[in-house]
Amino acid sequence: MSAWLRQHRQAFGAALRRLARAAGILSALVIGVALSLPAGSYALLESLRALTARLTLEPQISVFLPLEAKRADAEALGAKLRADRRIGAVRFISREEALKELKQVAGISEVIAAIGRNPLPDAFVVSASAGRIEALAADLGRLPGVAHVQADALWAQRLAALEGIGRVGLGLLAALLGAALVAVTFNTIRLQILTRRDEIEVSKLIGATDAFIRRPFYYFGLLQGLAGGVVALGIVAAALALLNRELRPLAESYGSSFSFAFPPPGDALAIVLFAGVLGWLGAQLSVNRHLREIEPA
Amino acid sequence: MVSFSAVAKRYPGGQEALREVSFSIEPGELAFVTGRSGAGKSTLLKLIPAIERPSSGSVIVNGQNVGALKRAAIPYLRRNLGLVFQDQKLLYDRSVYDNVMLPLAFSAHAPKEAARRARAALDKVGLLGREKANPVQLSGGEQQRLAIARAVVNRPAVLIADEPTANLDAESAARIVDIFVAFNQVGVTVLIATHDRALVARYGRRVLTLSQGRLA
Repeated sequence: MSAWLRQHRQAFGAALRRLARAAGILSALVIGVALSLPAGSYALLESLRALTARLTLEPQISVFLPLEAKRADAEALGAKLRADRRIGAVRFISREEALKELKQVAGISEVIAAIGRNPLPDAFVVSASAGRIEALAADLGRLPGVAHVQADALWAQRLAALEGIGRVGLGLLAALLGAALVAVTFNTIRLQILTRRDEIEVSKLIGATDAFIRRPFYYFGLLQGLAGGVVALGIVAAALALLNRELRPLAESYGSSFSFAFPPPGDALAIVLFAGVLGWLGAQLSVNRHLREIEPA
Repeated sequence: MVSFSAVAKRYPGGQEALREVSFSIEPGELAFVTGRSGAGKSTLLKLIPAIERPSSGSVIVNGQNVGALKRAAIPYLRRNLGLVFQDQKLLYDRSVYDNVMLPLAFSAHAPKEAARRARAALDKVGLLGREKANPVQLSGGEQQRLAIARAVVNRPAVLIADEPTANLDAESAARIVDIFVAFNQVGVTVLIATHDRALVARYGRRVLTLSQGRLA
């Protein structure tokens, strides 16, 4: 058991020494740069998702009355809306109130003054408590005394669709660059096996098992992957810091404190481990392919 | 210890390196295999550590049928054999000492014991003072002695040497064979292939003479 552990320690040490050479560091950098793309995209996407999750918490429906509707019509409709069990909160916005709100937006008051009358109708803003918001919006549109219904769900759906596209793109990017990581490791290990041809041949002649010969290469692939993962996280952290510095004034102008967040520790660890596993896989493929070719004769 | 019965080896292309070779080496014996270049000496020796497999017949080493061994079992067969090659197969990217340590890396010895064995092996071949040198700095005879030290460091039961004295002057060659004789005297079975009949004649040991793949 202690001999087995010692052999592993030696193989690990040998792999670490090989990685510390210029070629090993360079490969880890290449892997890190390649992985920083999906890792960075993931961080951006997760930050945006956190933002949109706050925005679309309560899908709202705006119900507009005809311009000529009387206040009594509005009150009757309000009672109907409050009676509907699918509806949560109901807020009435009178046309006067709406106008006052609109006037606060810079540049609009002159436009309204030019029109000369209040162009806004009375409206209700209702929040859907449950169920499908489109069906509710359609039902509300059929109520007597309703001129127009606008569901905020639409833009929320579009946002969700965009996020879905982003997710698929991220998946593709991760798959492609993961494959690149495996290929880079495959090639570094191939070169190592070629330069260590004599050592491998002699080891086989003096009774080294395949496992003994493979071990340092496996460790190398794993360590190179892990190092690449750490490099990728470093690049992501630096890139996010730069982005956030530029983003802050923009976010503040919207009264938001939004910034891109570094992936949480669990996700960061998963990225590094994932890179390690891919490196190990590349080593495995390369060793299987190239080690059998070296047989003493 | 090593026994061949009706062994034939044909290489792809139809070349017959060995035909109907049968002999047996007893434990503790020292024997020479002689013959001209191309007589089949190297092929015969390569069959013992399963570097080559026989086309027919059987090669028994230490009670194991080498021709039928699974790939995974071959390393364990080789750990019990000390192999010395004509071209030494030393590693020039490390010191004399590290070359001898190589077979100890996958044996179960504790580091102290491994170091002690490596120094003992170097001592037996007269290279104890050259541990830190690179093999390139050694003479031809010293390189061959280093190869022997590496072969014996795991204390194998059988030593097999293919032309260990080729390219050496008579004095260095005699020194090499003397080292093999010394190991034989402590019980190691030794099989040496050489084309140098004069050298063989001096030792008065058993001689297997190969001619065109057959034992004379």
